[in-house]
Amino acid sequence: MIEKQLKIKHKWGLHARPAGKFIRLTAKFNSDVYLEKDGEKANGKSILEILSLALEYGSSVKIMVNGKDEEDALKTIEQFLLQEEE
Amino acid sequence: MLIRGVPASPGIVIGKAFVLKPETLAIPKYKVPQKEVTQEIKRYMDALALTRKELATIQKRVEKELGESYPDIFSAHILILDDPSLREKITKIIEEENVNAEHAISQVLEKISSTFSHMEDSYLKERAGDFKDVGRRILKNLLGRKEETLSGLKSRVVVVAHDLAPSETAQMDKKNVLGFATDVGGRTSHTAIMARSLTIPAVVGLGNITQRIESGEDIIIDGHEGVAIINPQKSTLERYLDKKKQLAVLEKKLNKLKKAPAQTTDGHKISLMANIELPKEVELLERYGAEGVGLYRTEFFFLNRSDMPSEEEQFHAYKYAVERAYPLPVVIRTLDLGGDKFASILETPKEINPFLGWRAIRFCLARPDIFKMQLRAILRASVYGKVSIMYPLISTLHEVKQANKILQEVKMELRKEKKPFSKDIKIGAMIETPSAAITADLIAEEVDFFSIGTNDLIQYAMAVDRINEKIAYLYQPASPAVLRFIKHIVDSGHRKGIKTAVCGEIAGDINLTLMLLGLGVDELSMGPVAIPEVKQIIRSVSIEETRKITEKAMSFDSTEKVVSYLKSVKKPLQLLYEPP
Repeated sequence: MIEKQLKIKHKWGLHARPAGKFIRLTAKFNSDVYLEKDGEKANGKSILEILSLALEYGSSVKIMVNGKDEEDALKTIEQFLLQEEE
Repeated sequence: MLIRGVPASPGIVIGKAFVLKPETLAIPKYKVPQKEVTQEIKRYMDALALTRKELATIQKRVEKELGESYPDIFSAHILILDDPSLREKITKIIEEENVNAEHAISQVLEKISSTFSHMEDSYLKERAGDFKDVGRRILKNLLGRKEETLSGLKSRVVVVAHDLAPSETAQMDKKNVLGFATDVGGRTSHTAIMARSLTIPAVVGLGNITQRIESGEDIIIDGHEGVAIINPQKSTLERYLDKKKQLAVLEKKLNKLKKAPAQTTDGHKISLMANIELPKEVELLERYGAEGVGLYRTEFFFLNRSDMPSEEEQFHAYKYAVERAYPLPVVIRTLDLGGDKFASILETPKEINPFLGWRAIRFCLARPDIFKMQLRAILRASVYGKVSIMYPLISTLHEVKQANKILQEVKMELRKEKKPFSKDIKIGAMIETPSAAITADLIAEEVDFFSIGTNDLIQYAMAVDRINEKIAYLYQPASPAVLRFIKHIVDSGHRKGIKTAVCGEIAGDINLTLMLLGLGVDELSMGPVAIPEVKQIIRSVSIEETRKITEKAMSFDSTEKVVSYLKSVKKPLQLLYEPP
């Protein structure tokens, strides 16, 4: 398993459509994806759990990826969360 | 029985009602023996698969009909449907509590939607509805219930519903729908917009019409007057049948005018333009002989949805409208949110006086992030046709300067990014506050044209809340006060060499056409269906006559006198539509 801590730069946080896009992104990978904010952990492939985490612009979040394609997955996720616009 | 509502789309229709009533689902609960649990889970999975197919079909239809720019709510629904965490929770209950799938689903979804509806964030709050919607679809499939939809309409009917969601109108068999009548909604609700783009009559905001009528009963919809009549008496029916015939004859006559110019007998030309809300409505320009779009309202993007429209999404919509309208021009009004139009995504605070509050250009200047995004999208779309931009609710010259400054910044950005935009974009100010009207000469220095938003101007000039019934009588488009305001604006513009358009409701009011002409208004922008009638009136007089009429109208000391005078001079035009 690999992990990484970062601050979300995506303009609208992980609200709404960005959250949907995020789920479609993580679904492409075999690995399990988890996000953790303030001690709360969410399945990165579940829209329900991601929305409940209420990630906003500037939120600090830990990404945990576990599986065969974990490196690729982490790279893609990081790119998504750090881009400023869609 | 006659019920009054809001006229949402013009025309008269007489037919049988098809009432869409929300049904309540009874959720059964029973034990599932351990050895049948796997079977029960499979039953749940099958229902999921069926629901996924349904959603995908609807999504495709909506996209086809309303274009890609329409808020895509269905992909969110599909994500919810496929949510692994949700699925896990539901199967766990089936396995551990040995209960049926329906019970497990309704338990889990109830809990989720109650959690979400208690969240502070308004976006998340609204997601509660999405979870409920999806749950309902799965439950219906599990219970083998057919959804009562508009897809299987066998005969031509008037659809009566509480409200119509995009998913419902998307499934609708269009050729069998004669008109709409709904309990709730206003002119900008989805039902209203849909009806106008299908050009079928609709009346919305009818209170509880769904409870007063059953499927199969007779109904008349008058989309001009905003009334619905249930089980009409023979005499009423005959009167409406007669009116319908007259309207058809009138429409034929007016159709011949489509290509004719809107000019007076002595050759004075007026531009007749269309007000639109959806990019797709540009198709109506040709049909009604409009010379362009005089007001493209862009709020629709931000309403009826739960997320922020991106620059790309806005760009595609503007491009669609601009490209298809070409060579005709399109005037795009920047975001006019606030007042009676709130977008939950923007989280604007509740106000005591929303119409005097943080809205329109005031909001945009305070949120340059949103304003710039829209301006970028408009500028990028400008290379595909003829685009003008206008700012709503200007109160001071300073606001125009600020908005223009932001526009300049956006242009610089685009130049740097090497993204092309038209060099010839005209800028207009909407004059709809008394302060802007009285200082129109100052504002004229900074803009290329004026557009009078009469709905707001009347409201602010008369200091009348047009939604309050007790004082609604004060909402007087033809009052001496309003006439003087319009005259002052038009004259101020002409002195500085700029043109003035009128884009409020009164632009399409045939009782006022002669007067607006006489006041010197250069352009009228209205709901496209009103254009032929207005053109007919313009072609029947000389500009000299209208000036005399206006001069006389302005000499009266009360609205009543103005109105009755204007009616008396309009008389000779017999073929015009009078409500029955």
